Amino acid sequence: MGWRLIRAYTVLVYGFMFLPVAVVVLLSFNASQFGSFPMTGLSLRWFEALWSNDAIVRAFRTSITLGLLTAVVSTTLGVLASLALVRYNIPGRNLITTLLIAPILVPEVVLAVALLLFLNWLNIGKSFALLLMGHVIFTLPFVILVVQARLVSIRRDVEEAALSLGASPRQTFVSITLPLLMPAVAAGALFAFTISFDDITGTLFWKPGGVETVPTQIFSMLRNSISPEINALGTVMILLTVGLPLVGAAIARQLAKKSGG
Amino acid sequence: MSIERREARQPWILLSPALVSVVLLLVVPLMFIVVYSFWLRSAVGADTPGFFLDHGQKVRRDRFHRDIVLSSLKIAAFTTALCAILGYPAAYFIARSRGNKLVLLVLLMLPFWISYIIRTMSWINILGISGALNGALMWLGLTSQPIQMLYNETTVILGLVHFLLPFMILNIYVSLEGIDRNLEDAAASLGAARWQGFLAVTLPLSLPGLAAGGLLCFVLAAGTYITPVILGGPRDAMFANLVFEAIIRQLNWPLGSALSLMLLAVLGALVLIYNRYLGMSQLSKGLG
Repeated sequence: MGWRLIRAYTVLVYGFMFLPVAVVVLLSFNASQFGSFPMTGLSLRWFEALWSNDAIVRAFRTSITLGLLTAVVSTTLGVLASLALVRYNIPGRNLITTLLIAPILVPEVVLAVALLLFLNWLNIGKSFALLLMGHVIFTLPFVILVVQARLVSIRRDVEEAALSLGASPRQTFVSITLPLLMPAVAAGALFAFTISFDDITGTLFWKPGGVETVPTQIFSMLRNSISPEINALGTVMILLTVGLPLVGAAIARQLAKKSGG
Repeated sequence: MSIERREARQPWILLSPALVSVVLLLVVPLMFIVVYSFWLRSAVGADTPGFFLDHGQKVRRDRFHRDIVLSSLKIAAFTTALCAILGYPAAYFIARSRGNKLVLLVLLMLPFWISYIIRTMSWINILGISGALNGALMWLGLTSQPIQMLYNETTVILGLVHFLLPFMILNIYVSLEGIDRNLEDAAASLGAARWQGFLAVTLPLSLPGLAAGGLLCFVLAAGTYITPVILGGPRDAMFANLVFEAIIRQLNWPLGSALSLMLLAVLGALVLIYNRYLGMSQLSKGLG
């Protein structure tokens, strides 16, 4: 009896989490003028409207460029730092780890204000570079957490075997450690890309005038009212940020199957 | 250079790009706003360096600022409590279910990949004047005019709960999963009813997860900027909205700094209390 009640409760909680998002996706296919029920039919007209909206296409280009750059920089910094933290005995390791994870613990507004004011004080204005630096700083902790967790589970003896067979530390890293670490590197990069792609609060503080990312574009469009176009844009974003990891995981599994024979 | 010296320098070379970034882009800017919040805003535009307590006092004395700060904390507290009430049974169900556990967990991860702004604005489709709920009410004949249900404190809390619930469920789930199932069986064999066993054994052991989820929910809710703008009315501003207003619109940096610092101090105190009793490791368990 009690168990059934808990199950019903859980179904309701999941419904609460997903119904509104499902409605966004559903309404983006609505043929009617207005972004609301009742639906008059299915159509792709709002997706076509997105294509011909220059502001939205530009926002997509900005978001994807920013996301990719963030992923590259953040993953590089994160992998190097994780190697040092896991593979070497360095004094003050806990303190350093806490420091590198700290951007998660500081509220995003505070982080955004601090960085903006500091760089302004140095006479460095708002720019794409500031946006990139900001995004790197708050994606870095996630990359480090993911890569560190994986690195701990890669056995030291494999690396030592390579070294004892005469490989240089660099060769060992490139041909042994890195391939074993690749799933975590990919996961970290994906994390960084998605977080950057979805971010809005920091971006609103840092973006130079005239530059919009997809979330800030949605935000400024919302000031008028909700339109079917916004729902369509939301659907594209969901497909991108949810679909990408799923496709990535599927490819990884295929590759693993092949290499595993 | 000797090999040992090089060996000893190696980790620092690897660490330096990340460390330098965090120090230059986070630590130094934070110290900068600490200093800046004591400066004085002057009418001519140049801020006066010095040690003035004006802004901190302004926030404490000025009713407008004080009310918003207090209501932000209230909203965060309500949000956290609701997340716990909604999230605990669901987390318990996931932890104890056999067949569809994987599906439930994958579904639970999905919201983390869906943009915050999309999840927030989705409620306009449900509760707005031309939203699904009004449509249903009018179709049923319960009301002839659409009701404005949006743009108040309740919808802000609703939006925040919707955003933060997955964090709470995940944290509770992780701690429930770590409990030895034999303990509940032992309680049952000693004559405890199922609910007695739950109250005496499972619930206390899962409290660290509940606390970790609660901390995350509270910190993220109290610092939110977007939700009150999209789902709140003109009078539902929160902490972060004040900061944005001061920095971006009024260009009053000292006030903005003082406000940010206050938010950081309140939430930092919570994190420290948490760390003192439960330790940071619990938190990274939930994040990883």
